[in-house]
Amino acid sequence: MSKEAALFALTRFGMGAAPGEVAAIAADPRAWVLERLEHPSVPAELSGLPDHATTLRRMEEIKKAQKANPELGKDEMRRLFVTEAAARIRAGVTSPSPVVERLVRFWSNHFTVSAQRHNVAPIIGAFEREAIRPQVLGHFHDMLRAVVRHPAMLGYLDNAQSIGPNSPAGQKQRKGLNENLAREILELHTLGVDGGYGQADVEAFAGILTGWTIDPAGGFFRYVPNRHEPGPKRLLGQVFDGGEMEAERALLILSREKSTARFVATKLARHFAADEPPPALIDALARTFLDTDGDLLAVTRLLVMRGETWSQPLAKLRSPDDLVIAALRLTGAESGEDADRRLVQSLNLLGQPVWSAPSPAGWTDRAEGWMAPEALMLRLEWLKALADRKGKGFTPAQAEQVIAAGPATRQALSGAGGPEGLFLLLASREFQRR
Amino acid sequence: MDLSRRAFLGASAALGFVPAAWAAPLAERRLVVIVLRGGMDGLHAVPPLGDPAYEAARGGLALKAEGGAPRLDSTFALHPALSPLLPLWQARELALVHAVASPYRERSHFDGQDVLESGATRPHALKDGWLNRAVAALGNAPALAVSQSLPLLLRGPAKASSWAPSPLPGLPPARLAALRALFAGDPLLSMAFEEGVQMDTLATEALAAEPGMAGGARKVANAFPALAGAAGSLMAAPAGPRLAVMELGGWDTHSGQLGRMNQPLGQLAEGINALARALGPAWKTTIVVAASEFGRTVAENGTGGSDHGTGGAMILAGGAVAGGKVFTDWPGLDKARLYQSRDLLPTLDSRAVFKAILRDHLGVTPKVLDGAVFPDSAAVRPVEGLVRA
Repeated sequence: MSKEAALFALTRFGMGAAPGEVAAIAADPRAWVLERLEHPSVPAELSGLPDHATTLRRMEEIKKAQKANPELGKDEMRRLFVTEAAARIRAGVTSPSPVVERLVRFWSNHFTVSAQRHNVAPIIGAFEREAIRPQVLGHFHDMLRAVVRHPAMLGYLDNAQSIGPNSPAGQKQRKGLNENLAREILELHTLGVDGGYGQADVEAFAGILTGWTIDPAGGFFRYVPNRHEPGPKRLLGQVFDGGEMEAERALLILSREKSTARFVATKLARHFAADEPPPALIDALARTFLDTDGDLLAVTRLLVMRGETWSQPLAKLRSPDDLVIAALRLTGAESGEDADRRLVQSLNLLGQPVWSAPSPAGWTDRAEGWMAPEALMLRLEWLKALADRKGKGFTPAQAEQVIAAGPATRQALSGAGGPEGLFLLLASREFQRR
Repeated sequence: MDLSRRAFLGASAALGFVPAAWAAPLAERRLVVIVLRGGMDGLHAVPPLGDPAYEAARGGLALKAEGGAPRLDSTFALHPALSPLLPLWQARELALVHAVASPYRERSHFDGQDVLESGATRPHALKDGWLNRAVAALGNAPALAVSQSLPLLLRGPAKASSWAPSPLPGLPPARLAALRALFAGDPLLSMAFEEGVQMDTLATEALAAEPGMAGGARKVANAFPALAGAAGSLMAAPAGPRLAVMELGGWDTHSGQLGRMNQPLGQLAEGINALARALGPAWKTTIVVAASEFGRTVAENGTGGSDHGTGGAMILAGGAVAGGKVFTDWPGLDKARLYQSRDLLPTLDSRAVFKAILRDHLGVTPKVLDGAVFPDSAAVRPVEGLVRA
């Protein structure tokens, strides 16, 4: 192995290279990646943040208190969101397991919950810490189950309010189904849009999911039997008839479908290898997914072992989140409340605000969604501001620690030190990609 | 004040923005496409109050005539939040299209948007957008997305720019020169860079008079009406874009629709009025068309909202629209007439509207429309009488 392979591993599988890292892992970069998978660690930045139930109970308290005084606790939830979002950025910057940070981002985006729905914004950080992070190297089914039962997802895709029209509650309140969560689980989380389901499956699955809701006082998941649609429902040709457990069974079946394996494999290959991923890599990942019953450690390990992942050049465009974190791994992130706001603001500016994808489909993983004239100008302006603050003492030799510079970059960087040199490094075509 | 990145290319480049091929008289025609993301409920925006089945079919989502929804004709009314557009209706500069849908008949937002924007008959069949192909057909008419990124509608081989307000200081000219060298030979970055610098030069001049918009320290005005005003000013500039795309979300109303629709509808109405104001005399030769990927279910769902449906409505405004009319072959809301007993039946193809605009407003030939811009669409005839003669 070599310095080039070390740089490649840090960029492709991690969150970008920090000074000194190349030398530290150069002996065996692949082993370094695999070691991160075997022994993931939770970043210190994430300790002490509230769980979702605490936050939901606090939201209720504030709502009540505001009846007497509208000013009470007005910005508390907004501040919590900024704290959570900044901690997430810092986790990417400082984590000793950047491989795990990349996986957390991948899966969190796959199971998008967006702060565009304000009612769930304060608990999205908790959602990621509780439903995504512990499962990224576990089983797909466990993650799916944790995600669907989480109050953030139940609120974001409206299942908390969905009521079986023929259930006791439905008959009494004349309320009924909301098919949003059912549809998006099928389309975006498991089978994929062409994965072999129809409108009747969506409606049946929506019925199956009724009763899965949020306890308003406790702020946690609760199954409410008298909201559950009674009677048989037919999903993917199978009949479901019975209470809370039928949704459990549906999720298990969905997590084992061939379409699900293929859909997840394609997204992983696209994220890690190339916008147009090699079909052989997709096939291999899908096969392992099925053979191991969705063991994500096995699937991810294969991703790291396969030649295709290493032979595809570092040509994927860094998303704004990738870019900001890679730049901060190089230059260091400040701490404190003002710094929190600046970190979060950076991603707002660059068009990828934390946990705020425009739709449940999440952020795109292709270059065309991130590269346009204005998007590039904003990147460059942001990078210049960063280089002006951090560039004192930068020498061109440092560039070798973070990118494999081609001739144009080498030429531009020759003799350019200080803020100007750092800016040219961050702006370079190599740094824009991963 | 830091004008640097905006002033890099100087006046000469800005003056050269309109290519020679984009010649008079079409050079004064303008088109703005607003993509309404999330599936706008057309039955809510343009309620068919005169349809005898309306109130029963919509249940709790039904608007009441006495609730301030102004009547347009014997069948249709406007949602109260759209009433700021009434002066345009009276001036015959506003038209509605109803029971309209793209060729897409499933209910995924993302595939629905792909079909609407690509101009294909099924999802993911084309990698570029119909407006990008129209740009090519129009001799590289200058086109702009008012956002950081390019929506699919404007992606493709033909040149297109994007612009949005930036609160960050610009880049000094020396840095811009270094970047040009740095990106040389990298098509992705160098093309975006050249377009970005050029568009900013234009924006610096065109928006200098707008409060808070001049120079490098422009406050980000993310609100749709403010962006629409800026878009209008850019398009009014002699060397400015002639085609533009904007996006407005917030339409995926699965619950609490009565309350949640007011905001995006109000933003849309204000935005169209802001465009009209900023375009000034150019409004006379402009068409604004707002379209969504699909409509929503006719019946209210169990949570005071609506689920993903099929037929919807489009909104057209501008001095070049033959307005004061609802264009529709109205299928009615009787259960037997609904699509799959659930959605408003589409009786008009959204491509028929886009083709009418491209043919009658911008002069794209039928042959190019049927083959290149909307492949396999010869059977879809442009709507007659939509564009002012």
